[in-house]
Amino acid sequence: MDRGHLRILVGMAAGVGKTYRMLQEGRQAREQGRDVVIGYLEPHDRPETAALANGLEVVPRLRTAHSGLELEEMDVPAVIARAPQLALVDELAHTNASGMRHEKRYQDIEDLLAAGMDVISTVNVQHLESLNDAIFELTGVRVRETFPDRLLDEADEVVLVDLSPEELQQRLRAGKVYPRERANVALQNFFQKENLAALRELVLREVAEDVEARRQPAALEPLSKQAVGERILALIEPQPKSQRILRRAWRSAQRLNAEIDALWVRSNGHEPSEEEATQLAALRRLASILGIHFLEEEGGDLVSTVRRVAGERGSTYIFVGTPDESRRREIFGGSLLSRMVRELPGLDIRVIADRAKREEQR
Amino acid sequence: MFRRKPIPQGGRRVLVPFTGGELDPIVLDAAIRIARAEEATVVPAYLIVTPLEFSLDAPMQHQVAVAMPLLEAVEHAALRAGLPVDARVETGRTPTHALQRLWKAERFDRIVVPAPVGRNHGFTPKELQWILVHAPSETVILRPDPTLSEGLRLVRTSDAA
Repeated sequence: MDRGHLRILVGMAAGVGKTYRMLQEGRQAREQGRDVVIGYLEPHDRPETAALANGLEVVPRLRTAHSGLELEEMDVPAVIARAPQLALVDELAHTNASGMRHEKRYQDIEDLLAAGMDVISTVNVQHLESLNDAIFELTGVRVRETFPDRLLDEADEVVLVDLSPEELQQRLRAGKVYPRERANVALQNFFQKENLAALRELVLREVAEDVEARRQPAALEPLSKQAVGERILALIEPQPKSQRILRRAWRSAQRLNAEIDALWVRSNGHEPSEEEATQLAALRRLASILGIHFLEEEGGDLVSTVRRVAGERGSTYIFVGTPDESRRREIFGGSLLSRMVRELPGLDIRVIADRAKREEQR
Repeated sequence: MFRRKPIPQGGRRVLVPFTGGELDPIVLDAAIRIARAEEATVVPAYLIVTPLEFSLDAPMQHQVAVAMPLLEAVEHAALRAGLPVDARVETGRTPTHALQRLWKAERFDRIVVPAPVGRNHGFTPKELQWILVHAPSETVILRPDPTLSEGLRLVRTSDAA
């Protein structure tokens, strides 16, 4: 099944019209004959938004109780079972109530995409993880709900929903964003003109960078992509030594200002043992903390799988641990490293020493 | 010909959790001695405290920058002693929450925990009490010799290779 298409509507703050635009696009798609549902809508008690949602099919929300409160979340299995062509899902950075299928709504969205449906979602720039500190410095507000930057990279389209700070303040004063009494407080705090101007600058820059990043791969030949920036591909196995490979890759990435992908190539049909599953879970946790993209591929031949993934990800560096190869295999089958050097031209290969071996030889 | 000491499959595991920017070498030495006597794997685990405004899987660049060289140094010390090492990094809202998450994910046969001495490293008395109540396995709390000078007592991030 083909993965669905993700379109993210991004804005500088609440009230710029992201949800409204999402619903407009949903209606337009339906008029063009597409099967559209609302997976989750946050109308924020805005009559204009609620009116626009009228007539669009809504998948009933899942109700859950948490700390004495009744909360409503998107019912992911119900949306998947309904299988529309397009699902509208508001507030991508939202954190689900505990006990839900996933901790974050963007993870729910990933499930919908994997099920083959297209998704339009909305988010404000202040939720972007890498901007959390900058937002705090600019606005004095620490945003609690964040989403990883990779989501913008991986989205098929990122669309800016823009409004000038003055226009947004006018909307607030007119009670179109929050009830009037709340609007006054908001205008004196987060929605001050200086804050909005700074947030607008951030969102414009983010979207401009996204446009630039999308333009480059199309304009450049695969080989010349390497000149654009460094990207590390760390080859790991469900073994303790891979922890060190990830740490080494992270340290190098700091110097190179590079992104890192960690790749585990699972032999065809191989099911991880309990020990391997524990190691994999620990590696995933480390990768997440270090901001490394964890990839898992099934393949019969390690080198050809690495070659394919390196091409897809635009890798420039390969980090690999010392292979545990027998001397016999090296002589008769050719060593893994020499194959990598031969079959991955144009890529730097760095072998991470196994310290355990070094200590044993002392 | 030298043979690599393999990680014993299903073997015993000695957890050495720590947090902050340093680990007392006396604690590490003790963990190494225990692991050697039991033919166990040393599992140094750096506990990252993630503020509430970040999700638990958020990359924590500043803390990671402290943790990585420190883990390298600890791993190096254990390997130098000839023991298999399997390092970990775990996140949580508090050090004990991170420990709880680690215990939930993996099995440990013994836990060696540093107690604080005179300055702000090691676990607090309250955290130690929690560990003693909730630890899933035998726990050793080590109180380093307070008469040793700080310079001798601490493995710092700058010791890392």
